[in-house]
Amino acid sequence: MPSVTDHEVAKSGSILSGAAELRDLPEWFLDQQRTAWNQFETLPNPTRKDQPWRFSNVGLLDLAPFRISPPLSEDDRNNVLKHSRGLDKYAARLIFANDQLIERDVVSEDLKRRGVIFQPLERAMIEHADVFRKYFMSTEATLGSAKFAALHKALVSTGTFLFVPRGLEIELPIEIFHWLRHDNMSAFPHLLLVADELAKVTVIEHFRSCSPTAPGFACGVNDLIAGPGAKVTYVCAQNWSENVIALQMNSTTVDHDASAMSLNLHLGGKYSRFESLSRLIGEGGRSDLLAVAVAKHQQEFDARTLQDHVSPRTASDLLYKNALDDRARTIFGGLIRVEPHAHFTDAYQKVRNLLLSDDAEANSMPGLEILADNVRCTHGATSGQIDEDELFYLRTRGISHKSRPTPLSHRLSGRSHPAPRSSGNW
Amino acid sequence: MKTETTAINIDRGKGDFFYPEAHVRDAGAGLSERTIHYIADVKEDPDWVRDFRLRALKTFWEKPLPTHWASKELEAIDFDKIRYYLSGGTEPKRSWEEVPDDIKRTFERLGIPEQERKFLAGVEAQFDSEAVYSNIKKAVGEQGVIFVGSREGLKNYPEIFRPWFGKVIPVGDNKFSALNSAVFSGGSFIYVPPGVKVKHPLQAYFRINAENFGQFERTLIIADEGSEVTYMEGCTAPKFNTPTLHSAVVELVALKGAKIQYITVQNWASNVFNLVTKRGLAQENAEVKWIDCNIGSRLTMKYPGVIMKGRKARGEVLSIALANDGQHQDTGAKMIHAADETTSNIVSKSISIGKGRATYRGLVHVPKHLKNCKNNTECDALLINATSRTDTYPAITVRGTGNAVQHEASVSQVSTEQIFYMQQRGLSEAQAMSLSVNGFVNDLVRQFPMEYSVELKRLTRDGRLGRVTAAPTDFLQRRSLTAVLVVR
Repeated sequence: MPSVTDHEVAKSGSILSGAAELRDLPEWFLDQQRTAWNQFETLPNPTRKDQPWRFSNVGLLDLAPFRISPPLSEDDRNNVLKHSRGLDKYAARLIFANDQLIERDVVSEDLKRRGVIFQPLERAMIEHADVFRKYFMSTEATLGSAKFAALHKALVSTGTFLFVPRGLEIELPIEIFHWLRHDNMSAFPHLLLVADELAKVTVIEHFRSCSPTAPGFACGVNDLIAGPGAKVTYVCAQNWSENVIALQMNSTTVDHDASAMSLNLHLGGKYSRFESLSRLIGEGGRSDLLAVAVAKHQQEFDARTLQDHVSPRTASDLLYKNALDDRARTIFGGLIRVEPHAHFTDAYQKVRNLLLSDDAEANSMPGLEILADNVRCTHGATSGQIDEDELFYLRTRGISHKSRPTPLSHRLSGRSHPAPRSSGNW
Repeated sequence: MKTETTAINIDRGKGDFFYPEAHVRDAGAGLSERTIHYIADVKEDPDWVRDFRLRALKTFWEKPLPTHWASKELEAIDFDKIRYYLSGGTEPKRSWEEVPDDIKRTFERLGIPEQERKFLAGVEAQFDSEAVYSNIKKAVGEQGVIFVGSREGLKNYPEIFRPWFGKVIPVGDNKFSALNSAVFSGGSFIYVPPGVKVKHPLQAYFRINAENFGQFERTLIIADEGSEVTYMEGCTAPKFNTPTLHSAVVELVALKGAKIQYITVQNWASNVFNLVTKRGLAQENAEVKWIDCNIGSRLTMKYPGVIMKGRKARGEVLSIALANDGQHQDTGAKMIHAADETTSNIVSKSISIGKGRATYRGLVHVPKHLKNCKNNTECDALLINATSRTDTYPAITVRGTGNAVQHEASVSQVSTEQIFYMQQRGLSEAQAMSLSVNGFVNDLVRQFPMEYSVELKRLTRDGRLGRVTAAPTDFLQRRSLTAVLVVR
């Protein structure tokens, strides 16, 4: 592949001029993309007065500087591959950089034979058009980002399609990397996971930048579908550069007796918005939503969630923890919604903010909308700081004042420990 | 809950009557600058008040209905059909004998004069747009306490009221505060001099008698340094088929070390839109406490707030809401911390019955560089029927490291185990239900000085409530809401 000069990078099209017409995708898909583009252009920009954007710094959502990425050079590809280190053992792996698939470790022949489909999006939409069309972006983005979901749909060119057939368990996790290389590049990461009845699967997605400071734009969608009795575990490790504007729209659909567990780790980005919609559509379904954000400098993390209990006898449990330092801001806007007749719902929602600096700001909006009576729903929100007594105790154990936030904010992070930040520019 | 037949009914019958209108002053239906001039002329407003009204009218027109977050039901209000000012005269009477018969009978039926003799330090009774009766016990008046209507306050004591008038709640705070500022009439103006502790509560009773009417009373209470005062308001209206609007503005100012307690028992008829802006300002060491009970109205939107402006100021909102079929109680609290070591507490309990909907909206704001601010919020909702609905929408902003904020909410229904247990002990299902509901609100109800509150008292004493015996009284604490909640 010819190497790309900086000149060519600068020349690539702005995302605001739309997709290049020469994409090699099926016509029906391109049609959908054109419709989506029109939607993107018609829908108004969010303002702070819109309830789903309350407290958000919408001024940061200027997309003008960002471009559709040209092909990567051979050097870039090698570099990215070298740094794509994650799990020691995985069932399969895809690595994307600037929205190009640069490496693919497919699932074993055995899994393939038993019906597992693990393909880049552009192949799946041709070879498995039926399943693909049924599930691809089938849930509307209702948590505020309809405009950006339309942008994603219009510009997505690759991604991951994973189908796990009935009763099959993939023991090792599936790993996916998304990289942003060069300044002002954009990515539209996509994951569509369909776990059929009684299937079991774990997916981990990494979002990383090659440089810790390069500006960039990421607008991702991940849709997780847990069929009856299925078990889906999803881990998102977001560590974009500190100048990336990132939006991620998740929807999780949990059928009867299925369970979905998602763990989201947010470290990077200048503005990082994460929308998570969990729909419990069958009795006995359960959804666990965990997130940790470690916010520093002027970072803003904006989490919006909806635990939508559509069916009776479902359970959901949400725990979001934020540690805030410097001038960082976090927003949590969450809602538990119990639809009419969704009796015997058991829902819980908790957000905890640890403020480590006088300029940090934590906004919490834990909401409830309950339209059925036989339910148990609780939520809580706390904001506070480290107790002097706790600090004193740590100092008596030889831990200096300076290093204090780390062990304690790790404790706040509870079940997961923040991954180390990426090691410098390369 | 399987007992679909169990519904809780509260008595609204006593307030549901009206007398033929005999208004001398009527601004007619609809709102224009002419309406404003009419009101200002009748009330002989000073020029600055007239200008204030006209400016507010512009703001009202400019502001959209807040339907992007609030109930779409607001669109049912037809501002052109409402009558904005109705009165028999502007001077309140000082004795009940002078009050016209119809009106006197109204308040007698509501039990006001009787309560006044027994418990109250002062009473104001508002009938449609103007106070018809206003009196303060001699001893209290002699301490320098001023308790008058808004018109009298602005006219006779401008040096006291003008500096604070419209300062806690600016005209443009929201569409309905602007509307009130344009057409306000009636309400109480109270000043308590430094160090004076008013032992018994002052009470205002708001009565709407006319159809297609809007009541826009305006209340301003100033408690000077180290003083204390308790104010109670009650309200009723007959039930008409067309929407009636009640849109008050209430401003409280607690200067250094002062304490204000403001108690509302709202029992409007189920056609009333009750859209009220209430806010208190607490200076150093001062305390503002809102105790709010919402039983009536079709839609109530009311979020009493406290701005804690001085060190160690305290703010508190205790709220009980009961949403029956066809009602939406959209209530909550706002706590703005603006000084160090300020503390606030919100306790909200709501009960949704039938197709009723109860909503809690809360705002807690702790800005930068404040130290040792604390907020505690608890909201609990109880759902009685399968069709009942409840929502909770808090918004909490905290900056800096010196503060602690916690919020908790829960939604539940009366557990079947609880009911089963009580049935085992010989209570009927309805009795058990009633007992559980009372247990749910009891700790808050105890905060209401019920023996003083005309409205709650009236409900407890009323013959209709004889049926309360549904729950054996020796099981219940005397001050429980059983009195108000009747199992059908």
